[in-house]
Amino acid sequence: MTFDRRSFIKLVGSASGLALAGCATTGGGDAPAVGKTAEIMPKGSARRVVVIGGGYGGTIAAKYIRMLDKSIEVVLVEKNKQFVSCPFSNFYITGITNDMNALTIGYDKLAANHGIKMVYAEVTQIDSAAKKVVTSEGTLAYDRCIVSPGVDFRNEEIEGYDAKAMEAFPHAWKAGPQSTILRNQLMSMKDGGTVIMSMPLTPYRCPPGPYERSCLIAHYLKKHKPKSKLILLDANPDVVSKKPLFTKAWSTYYKDNFQYIGGKKVTSVNVAGKSVSIEGIEDFKGDVINVIPPQRAADIAVKSGLVGEDKRWCPVDAISFESPKNPGVHIIGDATALPSDGPPMPKSGYSANSQAKFCAMNVVNLMNGKPTIEFSGINVCYSAIDDHQSVSIAQVFNLQNGKIKSPATAISPADFSLTKDEHAYAESWLKNILTEMST
Amino acid sequence: MKMKKSLVSWALVAGCTFSGAAMAVPPTPEMISFACAGCHGTNGGSAGLTMPSLASQSKASIVDAMKKFKSGERPSTVMGRLAKGYTDADFTAMGDFFSKQKFHPTTQMVDAAKAKRGEAIEDANCSRCHIDQGKDGKDDTPVMASQWLDYLKMQAALYDSGKRKMPKDMADKWNKLSKEDKEALLHFYASVK
Repeated sequence: MTFDRRSFIKLVGSASGLALAGCATTGGGDAPAVGKTAEIMPKGSARRVVVIGGGYGGTIAAKYIRMLDKSIEVVLVEKNKQFVSCPFSNFYITGITNDMNALTIGYDKLAANHGIKMVYAEVTQIDSAAKKVVTSEGTLAYDRCIVSPGVDFRNEEIEGYDAKAMEAFPHAWKAGPQSTILRNQLMSMKDGGTVIMSMPLTPYRCPPGPYERSCLIAHYLKKHKPKSKLILLDANPDVVSKKPLFTKAWSTYYKDNFQYIGGKKVTSVNVAGKSVSIEGIEDFKGDVINVIPPQRAADIAVKSGLVGEDKRWCPVDAISFESPKNPGVHIIGDATALPSDGPPMPKSGYSANSQAKFCAMNVVNLMNGKPTIEFSGINVCYSAIDDHQSVSIAQVFNLQNGKIKSPATAISPADFSLTKDEHAYAESWLKNILTEMST
Repeated sequence: MKMKKSLVSWALVAGCTFSGAAMAVPPTPEMISFACAGCHGTNGGSAGLTMPSLASQSKASIVDAMKKFKSGERPSTVMGRLAKGYTDADFTAMGDFFSKQKFHPTTQMVDAAKAKRGEAIEDANCSRCHIDQGKDGKDDTPVMASQWLDYLKMQAALYDSGKRKMPKDMADKWNKLSKEDKEALLHFYASVK
């Protein structure tokens, strides 16, 4: 007797319903799923790659393996029927767009176009010794496994940030219901209110993301609630991404309603008192509080022993993206700690897209006994500074002396002469990358 | 025979050991070009209204564009910054890859009357270089057909502002066209499938 996912969640009693929330790749602080031992899709004679996680990395890895070698069976395991993009979700949160559908993709066309077998289930264990993946619906055998798990939060580092606090002080760092909570709080806040944002030490998902959000919230307040203000508490001592561009945007457009304070690490939250505390020394009160907690590789990576000595991120080989302790398991995207020379590839959707193609290509090469290929990839991240201007970072990465290094990294010109064009290109970026993931 | 044997030994090395950096070969044209798809669409077929399709562009036009982005001769937002991370050999690899991809037809809203008027303008002025109604890239002449109208308009504005330079033969013809003729021409190219 099997039960469906919905009743399963009810049964286990996920305190906040978060099992259904967030980016499709991860859950985050939800009730643990129980693995089932029966094999759900017995492996035939064809070689099989199981891809875990249907986000920016996993969809692309699955698609490109099939594009490169149709003789390899690909099973994509994903918890949710739809994926909501984190990039551009700040537009939804701040009311610049009211339609989350533009950020949402399904898997039907991707699966049909490329012959990818979808399994909608939660992965509870990757057993690299037995070469099988255990899920809430049953087990899947594989020849190689590609994991694109995304991130989960180190909530334990913020006292009081439990499931209830996460509803009161949403992170909105996984797009979906959390984005809606923050949006509704902003929209219903009275004019004259204070919004507090807090962001963690690096590394975390999407380095410029919190700064983009600060610009768009300040833009929203300026336009709709001019007596209100926003304070961004950055755990880092200083701005860690596109600093000249964000500081210029803040001082040019938001100097009257925005304050940036570096070196302020939130260590506890007080839901009843509507405040956050910095090391117990200093409290900040807010009418709306957005807590972006510190992060690590998602639960499945931790449970399956893919994380390194720091217990947070997954070390991988620079060529195959294979886990050193788990042969046959390859990891891509936000969860990885790549061997890097200089600033590493940022934990971004574009990085995951590039890494997924590279990993797919080398997994196919390894399975076909062909030589592996050195990395060549790109990261382009656009950040909006208001409703019609964006700035960007553009980076190329390749392999140099066994490590991944950027021979070219540059941000937009600081005179803001290209911000309108970049805003238009950013919209096309989203359209193209989501189309690439879903068709 | 000899080549086959060396491939097999490669396979043994790559397959049986934890593949280290020293084992890998340099990036292939596919590997280099796949990364471009994050913005330009899978195999260079764009779905984004301001982003050009690279699929089926001639090798020379890709190489020419990348070199001009790198030197700054052609104005850009991210392209000049990205081009600095690649060598001339990389540009050739990109040209190899994208010139082998199938033409990417798009379905977009164009003004039918303008497109019709544009067809005559194209035939009289552009068709000697942009052959087959802009569907076929010849030498370093880019494929114009089915490019998104928004993208074409942005490039036309760059030409008209003098920020992007056109070859003399093209400038002689383009500069004689009225604003309405130019607009009609772009609608025509956008409509060609």
